[in-house]
Amino acid sequence: MIPEIGHYALILALCVALVQGTVPIYGAAVGNPRLMALAIPAARSQFFLVLIAFGCLAYAFATKDFSVLYVAATSNSQLPLHYRLAAIWGAHEGSLLLWTFILTMWMFAVTVFSSHLPEAMRARILGVMGLVSVGFLLFMLSVSNPFERLIPAAVEGRDLNPLLQDPGMVLHPPMLYMGYVGFSVAFAFALAALLGGNLDAAWARWSRPWTTVAWCFLTIGIALGSGWAYYELGWGGWWFWDPVENASFMPWLAGTALVHSLAVTDKRGGFKVWTVLLAIMTFSLSLLGTFLVRSGVLTSVHAFATDPKRGLFILSFLAVVIGGSLVLYAWRAPRVGLGGGFAPVSREGFLLANNVMLVAATGAVLLGTLYPLFLDALDLGKISVGPPYFDSVFVPLITPALFLMGIGPLAQWKKAEVPALAKRVRWAAGVSMATALALPLVLGEWTPLLSLGFLLASWIVATAVVSVREQLAHMTGGGLIAGLGRLPRSYWGMLLAHGGIAIFIIGVTMVKGFETEQDVRMNVGDTATVGGYTFRFDGVQNVMGPNYTAVRGTFHVSRDGRDTTVLYPEKRRYLAQNQVMTEAAIDSGLVRDLYVSLGEPLEDGAWSVRLYHKPFVNWIWGGCLVMAVGGALAVSDRRYRPAWRREPQMVPASAQLAGRQIA
Amino acid sequence: MTPRQKRFAAVGLGLLTLGGATALVLNAFQSNLVFFFTPTQVVNGEVPKGRSFRIGGMVEEGSLRREADGLTVHFVVTDTAQRVPVTYKGILPDLFKEGKGAVAQGQLGADGTFIASEVLAKHDENYMPPEAAEALAKAKAAGAQSSKTVIVQPQ
Repeated sequence: MIPEIGHYALILALCVALVQGTVPIYGAAVGNPRLMALAIPAARSQFFLVLIAFGCLAYAFATKDFSVLYVAATSNSQLPLHYRLAAIWGAHEGSLLLWTFILTMWMFAVTVFSSHLPEAMRARILGVMGLVSVGFLLFMLSVSNPFERLIPAAVEGRDLNPLLQDPGMVLHPPMLYMGYVGFSVAFAFALAALLGGNLDAAWARWSRPWTTVAWCFLTIGIALGSGWAYYELGWGGWWFWDPVENASFMPWLAGTALVHSLAVTDKRGGFKVWTVLLAIMTFSLSLLGTFLVRSGVLTSVHAFATDPKRGLFILSFLAVVIGGSLVLYAWRAPRVGLGGGFAPVSREGFLLANNVMLVAATGAVLLGTLYPLFLDALDLGKISVGPPYFDSVFVPLITPALFLMGIGPLAQWKKAEVPALAKRVRWAAGVSMATALALPLVLGEWTPLLSLGFLLASWIVATAVVSVREQLAHMTGGGLIAGLGRLPRSYWGMLLAHGGIAIFIIGVTMVKGFETEQDVRMNVGDTATVGGYTFRFDGVQNVMGPNYTAVRGTFHVSRDGRDTTVLYPEKRRYLAQNQVMTEAAIDSGLVRDLYVSLGEPLEDGAWSVRLYHKPFVNWIWGGCLVMAVGGALAVSDRRYRPAWRREPQMVPASAQLAGRQIA
Repeated sequence: MTPRQKRFAAVGLGLLTLGGATALVLNAFQSNLVFFFTPTQVVNGEVPKGRSFRIGGMVEEGSLRREADGLTVHFVVTDTAQRVPVTYKGILPDLFKEGKGAVAQGQLGADGTFIASEVLAKHDENYMPPEAAEALAKAKAAGAQSSKTVIVQPQ
């Protein structure tokens, strides 16, 4: 009964979404306030209906209702409750429901935080989001229903893939989807602007925090996925340029460009049509990412075709959304206008160049991801495009953007002078050059990539220091601390996010440059040394988990005769599917990870073992976290608070002036 | 600068980036594309010399042999029509089993042994690597047409 209620709620939600996607937009076109006003109750009731459906599916998982096909396919009675609930988004149908649920959550948030928007704008935004929702609900109800019954009911479920039975994987999809779907707000905003033929700075200011929040979620989501791959897959890699990863990275790159382009539209009224195009692009890539991962097309284009209805629906949906919005763009963009002019050397100019580089990088990743699929679909042979392609294309494309990241925030809007700019950054340039040359030598190895990594990281940090110093110099009165406190949060947020990139670069550079790994055969009592640490293998013992049995190895790690830690890697056998899985053991630290995973049992209690020493690997995810915190800080800036909630401004005029120049 | 010059500058910058990106992509494509071949194609000598490629098929039952170092393994990949011996040094993925599908990336040695630098596994309980499945299907289709001659289908 409960699953039927869920199913019914989805049908009702579709009806509501159809109304929400048409009536308010029509109302906005003819200027009828009563029709426009329908958007808010429609969006809210849609949220509650999808919430009910989501709750029903959660209930079916919690109560182990194996008469629901999806529950039987992705869970098992031995599976602990928290993983049963996480199994809601463990496969195709449920993750679409999660997607839709998050979409309605964002809609609900829009209804709450949009009271100061013009009525027509709000009606159009919610209308466009309603249309997106129509697509997803229709998809679920027609070919991908999570509530489909299995009659007779299965006695036992097939179990969730053991790889997904992990806290990182529980959080990763919701975070990622919060990001993907969050870009739908910017998308809806862009389409609303096109429909209304009006795009001013207020528009950009309003949509900026939404985009930034979505970007933060996406950043965290990608970092979680990368971290999960690192400790769960057992080969110590953190990024494989796998199509699944690329699918989430492309919207991130485009979203990063969008965040910066919106800054120009907000501050200077420039880049208008470009911002709109980026918003469309970012959301389209989010949709593409969702479907790439969830349609099975990546495993095999032919698997995609085994369920032609699904494939056809997905392709038509993508065509309608992307094609439709691009047509609207071509038709209406001229009315939006280009926005203010600027000199090539100016903050706008640098931001534009950064945007171009980011979009070019997105294109290169897109090509490498889709090209094999096209060839395969056309029966032109099977190829794979591996990490070397992405490494050799991505690094040269992104390096100029990273260089501009340091200089952009220092340049004046509208028009900057190259000699003056060069003078302001000369010591930053000197410091970073010196670091790039000296640091690798101090660490004992020099390669061009090491140097490049340190150069970029120290450049970003040094130029940030220059920027803060200049900001303080502009202020009069007050001490250093007071001065720092007076800088706006959006400015600090930007610096922090850029700092996150620097931390990330240091992590990548150190891991790539100095990691050591060893595959080795170890008898009980054998020792092996990796990265200065000595690992002693003390044999294995059998242990029982809730739904698996495992062999657990014991490794004593020491350095210079002193004990460092004891690591317990496992080889697990999950009982439901009799599937073997490696569970690595990691000793994490600020400057290094020690990583052990069990390979295969050999004769006489010996094992083949993987040992890794990974310097600074946590900086990779730490950098992502700092980026996200920076984004959150920027969003909390007072300038984004609606006027009626803004506290009276008590900031001295000089600080306000400084605040206006930056951010 | 006049607006016209600015426009040209912007377009020029765009084109320059596009051109640079295209050059990079083409260059990287040229050297980093990895093609896939079936064991039949390997035996027929259709594979590139001195260049990395992928083979896929079934790991033949009873063919897995481990050297004393515990790390170097030998096994045979077959599409039921032809067999290719493979050598790999390293730890095999969890899902690697005799009688199951596998894909390996590496180069063909002078003696006809495939020297794998990587053995791939995907993470799915029903998994048969698509390349491996296709190799088997092709060999089967070829076998159905004629049991004597092996017909090699174009990629």
